[in-house]
Amino acid sequence: MKQRNFLISGFVASLFLAGVVSFYASSSPDGLEKVAQDIGFSETAKENTNADGVLADYGVKGVDNERLSVGAAGVIGVIATGVISTGLFMLVRRKSGTEK
Amino acid sequence: MHIPDGFIDIPTSAAFAAIAAVGVAASLKGAKSSLDDKTAPLAGLTATFIFAVQMLNFPVAAGTSGHLLGAALATVLVGPYAATLALTIVLLLQALLFADGGLSALGLSAFNMSIVAVWVSYAIFFTLKKILPKTKSSTAAAAGIAALISVPAAAASFVLQYAIGANATFSVSAVLAAMVGTHVLIGIGEALITIFAVGAVLASRSDLVYGYTGEKASLEIRNA
Repeated sequence: MKQRNFLISGFVASLFLAGVVSFYASSSPDGLEKVAQDIGFSETAKENTNADGVLADYGVKGVDNERLSVGAAGVIGVIATGVISTGLFMLVRRKSGTEK
Repeated sequence: MHIPDGFIDIPTSAAFAAIAAVGVAASLKGAKSSLDDKTAPLAGLTATFIFAVQMLNFPVAAGTSGHLLGAALATVLVGPYAATLALTIVLLLQALLFADGGLSALGLSAFNMSIVAVWVSYAIFFTLKKILPKTKSSTAAAAGIAALISVPAAAASFVLQYAIGANATFSVSAVLAAMVGTHVLIGIGEALITIFAVGAVLASRSDLVYGYTGEKASLEIRNA
């Protein structure tokens, strides 16, 4: 597969997973949260400093439709991660023509 | 396994943040050798895919869910240094944008997931690669086993942090048993997703996969 097609397919798959499939994710507490509840130390958790942020808990503030809210948050997250990480990796990479 | 603020005291959090920062700095240097014009975009895609799949919590037991960690996946696809960077970027964005994981606990989470899980995956994957035939299917299988073990390893690393600096006084052995028990189950999901994703990349662009081309690349003949 050509590099360009490969990267586009992977990016589109990520957009689909975070933008559409994420709505169907389990909302049960994750492993650490569940253990903290069962054993009792969950009460020591403090509220997240960004808890009032526009994208807190993977939802867009003000969007009431749950499917739309989580989907949009996922799409924003995928684009942000894609841009920032690819930018960083392109910066640290070995430039073509230089020694390993 | 994103740790909220408050579970672990500030001195312990700061100490692990310092260790994680040293690991990230070393990875910025180390990643240079595994990233070139072709593999750097794959590393960006790997981070992006891990962010997306970390949103997909799957049920593991009554009232408990888990999601991909992605350390073994990233290690096999782009090598341990780029994997540490990819996981750290994901954790940073999750804490800053989505309030997932406490800011004061970021160093703790980065130590467990971007460093411990990555290097445990690296050790297991390359040990298995030495024993197994050099085929695509054994590469995917070795990635799966590394994934399976990397999750309880990261969970055990959290228990170490709990033992050093918890703000609660519940017994460490109880926390260890519960954390490892739960995360072995999550590790099974981790293994399945990792085998599928590594398999998909091997099927389309095996030439980009660090854990598959590694030995060949070191034998590459270079023109002077």
